[in-house]
Amino acid sequence: MSHNFDTIIVGGGLVGAALACGLATRGSAVALLDGHDRDFRASRGNFGLVWVQGKGAEFAPYARWSGLAAKAWPEFARELQAATGIDIGLQQSGGYDFCLSTDEWDARSEEMRLVRQHTQGEFEYEMLDNAALRERLPQVSAEVLGASYSQQDGHVNPLFLLHALHRRMQSLGCQYFPNRRVASIRPDQGGFTARAGGDRYRAARVVLCAGLDNQRLAQDLGMHIPVAPLRGQLLITERVKKFLPCATLQVRQTMEGSLQIGDSHEDVGLDDSTTLDVITRLAARALRIFPHLSGVRLVRAWGALRVMTPDGVPIYHQSVQFPGAYAVSCHSGVTLAPLHAGAVADWIGGESPHPLLADFSAQRFELSQTRARALV
Amino acid sequence: MFRLLTSNAPEPVAIELDGETQSVPGGMSVAAAMLYLDALPARQTVVSGSPRAAFCMMGVCFECLMEIDGCPNQRACQVEVVAGMRIKRQSGIRDSERAS
Repeated sequence: MSHNFDTIIVGGGLVGAALACGLATRGSAVALLDGHDRDFRASRGNFGLVWVQGKGAEFAPYARWSGLAAKAWPEFARELQAATGIDIGLQQSGGYDFCLSTDEWDARSEEMRLVRQHTQGEFEYEMLDNAALRERLPQVSAEVLGASYSQQDGHVNPLFLLHALHRRMQSLGCQYFPNRRVASIRPDQGGFTARAGGDRYRAARVVLCAGLDNQRLAQDLGMHIPVAPLRGQLLITERVKKFLPCATLQVRQTMEGSLQIGDSHEDVGLDDSTTLDVITRLAARALRIFPHLSGVRLVRAWGALRVMTPDGVPIYHQSVQFPGAYAVSCHSGVTLAPLHAGAVADWIGGESPHPLLADFSAQRFELSQTRARALV
Repeated sequence: MFRLLTSNAPEPVAIELDGETQSVPGGMSVAAAMLYLDALPARQTVVSGSPRAAFCMMGVCFECLMEIDGCPNQRACQVEVVAGMRIKRQSGIRDSERAS
């Protein structure tokens, strides 16, 4: 069977669903081809932070881009709730990132300074020593050196966000096709044909939002999108009385009271399992920060694979060879969702692109490859 | 609502439920004891306060949570009654401090 659309989006995670909402709002007939439940799904194993701190310290456009996203979040969440009735639990009342050693403190201070410099002072932060920190979070251990704090940070329930985006995109007329792993995409007659689940889908435009599968799919469309998995393990505790007034990078308390303890960074390939040693290490670190949690029980743990680009910065790329083909790759599907439904949808929808977007092209990797070759 | 199907019930044990002594057949889980005693609902949920009791009876659904011997949020279906056990029905959320 053959289906015709304006845009095919490959991948129904946070990135694909946010973009689908944006393109459908702008009048595009969108087909979203999603994978299987048992595929690697970063959007279903997510920590749920809306996080600006430290992002883009080494790449100024990313610092500005993240800042724009944080600023866009309150209205985005309001609109999403008004349209879907789903409260995704946005709490943007600031975030702490704890420092357990002087090395961490020094590196963090420098990172924060750079992000502030890159954003012309728009990024506001504080470095808090132990005394100042414990004045705000009295449960923090005396052994914690301090923390960085930014008022722009926050968190959401990432599963409710994914659910709300799916509900929204379908109410806007997007056609959702689950269990359609895309076998191939071929450019033809000024458009593209995707083959998935025995059917063909045709559209003038195709956008790859397929997480770790972007690299494979991009090759057919004249694009080089280097992405690699980076495993994160997370722990969940029983529900306890609210004691955290806002998010932290190490421990997040959900609306319902559960504690989410994160997270590891493990280069272990396509393996999303959990391991006892990492679970133990994460729990121990959480207790070094909050010793009063020693009697709280874990109820589950999981692993998920982040979608990492070589420099950790998102890729927004348009194929030079086939200009109707695009790729979006990032590991900040929560934080950047308002921009994916906004500025990125504008750009792919054919409006003049946001001036920052050009900096995120995957061409930056080709240039560095050329330079590397020249140096050899 | 629930009754024992066996005529030769095991030796009864005395447990304490919300401060009152109760007798239940030995060998059953705390969740089964709540059904036997018709002590329902066995808790109120922490978010909405809605009434709950054991559902799956096999450790999966987390609906049967109770405070057992001072330790909150125990899956009552996974704990066997023993003489002198102190059981409390939970209402509201536990503190993050270590339980006594």
